[in-house]
Amino acid sequence: MPELLSVRNLKIEATSYPPGEPPRRVTIVDGVSFDLQKGKVLGLIGESGAGKSTIGLSALAYGRGGAEITGGEVRLDGADILTLGKNGIRKIRGARVCYVAQSAAAAFNPAHRLGDQVIEASVKHGLMTKDEARKRALYLFGVLGLPNPETFGERFPHQVSGGQLQRAMTAMALCSNPELIVFDEPTTALDVTTQIDVLAAIKHAIEETHTAALYITHDLAVVAQISDDIMVLRYGKQVEYGSVQQIIEAPRQDYTRALVNVRQAYREEAADQSTALLKVENVSAEYSNGFKVLHDVSLHVPKGQTLAVVGESGSGKSTLARVITGLLPPSSGRIVFDGKPLMSGLKSRPNDDLRRIQLIYQMADTAMNPRQTVRDIIGRPLTFYYGLRGAEKTTRVKELLDQIEMGKGFVDRYPAELSGGQKQRVAIARALAAKPELILCDEPTSALDPLVAEGILKLLLRLQEEEQLSYVFITHDIAIVRAIADSVAVMHRGKLVRFGPKSTALSPPFDDYTDLLLKSVPEMEIGWLERVLATRRMESAGN
Amino acid sequence: MRLRDIPITAWIGMAGIAIAFIFALFAPWLAPYGETQVVGDVWQLPDNQYIFGLDNLGRDILSRLIYGARTTLLVSSAATVISFSLGIILSFTAAVSRGIIDTVFSRFNDLMMSIPTLIFALVVLAVLPQNIVVLILVMAILDSTRVYRLGRAVALDVAVMEFVEAAKLRGEGKLWIIFREILPNTLSPLLAEFGLRFAFSILFLSTLSFLGLGIQPPAADWGGMVKDNKDGIIFGISAALVPGTAIAVLAVCVNLVVDWLLKRTSSLKGGRGDA
Repeated sequence: MPELLSVRNLKIEATSYPPGEPPRRVTIVDGVSFDLQKGKVLGLIGESGAGKSTIGLSALAYGRGGAEITGGEVRLDGADILTLGKNGIRKIRGARVCYVAQSAAAAFNPAHRLGDQVIEASVKHGLMTKDEARKRALYLFGVLGLPNPETFGERFPHQVSGGQLQRAMTAMALCSNPELIVFDEPTTALDVTTQIDVLAAIKHAIEETHTAALYITHDLAVVAQISDDIMVLRYGKQVEYGSVQQIIEAPRQDYTRALVNVRQAYREEAADQSTALLKVENVSAEYSNGFKVLHDVSLHVPKGQTLAVVGESGSGKSTLARVITGLLPPSSGRIVFDGKPLMSGLKSRPNDDLRRIQLIYQMADTAMNPRQTVRDIIGRPLTFYYGLRGAEKTTRVKELLDQIEMGKGFVDRYPAELSGGQKQRVAIARALAAKPELILCDEPTSALDPLVAEGILKLLLRLQEEEQLSYVFITHDIAIVRAIADSVAVMHRGKLVRFGPKSTALSPPFDDYTDLLLKSVPEMEIGWLERVLATRRMESAGN
Repeated sequence: MRLRDIPITAWIGMAGIAIAFIFALFAPWLAPYGETQVVGDVWQLPDNQYIFGLDNLGRDILSRLIYGARTTLLVSSAATVISFSLGIILSFTAAVSRGIIDTVFSRFNDLMMSIPTLIFALVVLAVLPQNIVVLILVMAILDSTRVYRLGRAVALDVAVMEFVEAAKLRGEGKLWIIFREILPNTLSPLLAEFGLRFAFSILFLSTLSFLGLGIQPPAADWGGMVKDNKDGIIFGISAALVPGTAIAVLAVCVNLVVDWLLKRTSSLKGGRGDA
């Protein structure tokens, strides 16, 4: 069978402008080659900065943010598209090769109806008339399982959910009957329960339309469900390239093995969970507009243990953290810490109460003042709570940097000079500097690459041992919960649907929501998606 | 920061400002003639003795330029600095506090802005005693309404960032949040505005002088000198262009320095060595 897309020795470079140094050329992608046949799916996987999106976009002969394709060839049906020139490429983009972006919410124009945007490329390219394109869009909405396909196109982007928007974007890509679609992390921004629907829809649509696809993701479990071949990338070079079966079951390279067996951090569940350092008693909370976000939530965390709070976005899990910190005073109920009730509002709490509960944010980028050095960031709690200054403070900052496994050389760095994982470590050090008893972790690893996230989890577990810390760990990742929690709280639409020790909370009998949540977590196993969908169908047939 | 990292444009700007300040400080020694001394004919053309010629009353333009630097620099820089301090403190307090404080400050600011600046200044200056302190304060307060608008807008963006929330969670007071967390992150737009406002306040001062409520004659100021000599342009006398050029050059110099500061402050890596 002839190759649809054939990439040979692709080299992509960009000019970087490091401050204080002359601009220099950086190689983003180096010597990558692969083939893709009609109707097949190739998964590109790697950490951020591995060059996977850049390779995906090269199939459209596009370089984002100053990236230039400087070597190699990209052949689409035998013709090298890199030599086509502007007009030639314009005929291909949106017609023969389409692109599905990670954040559909940002990729749709909020001022136009979905239907018009979905058919725009096909009509502009003169591939079909408006009516034909509408008909095809309608058909695709049906294939992708969107509700009310007839009227779906009438809506504006803000009127549909994130999962639906991502499917609409897929419909947009499929509309012109392209030979190749580039999916750039289409499900990364979605909840697990939504992700599974979108994955199934994409897979179904690919089978139905016989289009080929490049599927870019950092989640090996996801790509295992959808692709035929996988290419593992690191630092712009290909690490391993093979069939899904081979990569998952018999990885040849160390790096691939690390990706496959990423979960190593583990904590045995504590036996005695009856005591409580933090107790949340019948807490309800609402926004100032009267919208109720928490309904009568009660739970507790023993000293030195971890409570994992799980749920999808909008379930109220982050709000719970805000209530505990006092940022959002509860409308009823109370928070008891170390036997004493805490004042409900932040301003009425004494500094020592604030010190004892620290918060780590999901995005370390925005959680640290970009104009302060690491010394200022970690040092401020030391000065504020303990009055440390000058050399004393610097010594302690260096100790803390040691504790988070970063060198002393980082004291004078600014956040922008740190990697994502390092930033999160500094954020942890800032929390540690206050010598807290409880740390609220609001998805601290979900913005990080798997291997980096694993390092952060290990660090958190070690610190818990050393300092007898208690954690409230907010996450949507069941695998993390299994790894590090002592007790688990499952939240859904502001209600606590399940709470108890890990061993009982994550084993049957389940309530409906927990069951759905657990089943939606992709497993690194070929055929998992089909199996889950089959059981779902059987259940609904049984009803 | 090393000296050789400062770009040449910033050096030029700093040199220009320095010269203006030297003029202002040492005017009596530097000026060849007195500020109000009539030395020749009306609008006498430039020659070796009077480099820039004489003005509408026969006074030496160079000397008046040097003396004028005193009032111009003093009034406009003082007015700009005060207006920025006032505007920033009030707007940041509003942005951090929100609620009733924000509403009161902002509505009062809207009220002030709804009255045309010039008319407001005329009314106030006509009522109050005419001295330089009153002039500076009136200009500063009127200008601070614009700074408030900008300051509140940029501070609101930063005030909702998580690092500000983290500081609140730590128990930090408002002063720390305003000056240590928010101000460093809003410096870039504020500095750009500063350069612009400084130039405006020189022009505003000359407008007021023109209307007789600014610097009172016979004291020299650059804007007033443009006004005094503007009629000469009709007769082909370039006397008005000399103070005009001085205003332009000073404004450009201030902005060259501000541009450099802007680059330094907009770099998130501490502005070290950004060229």
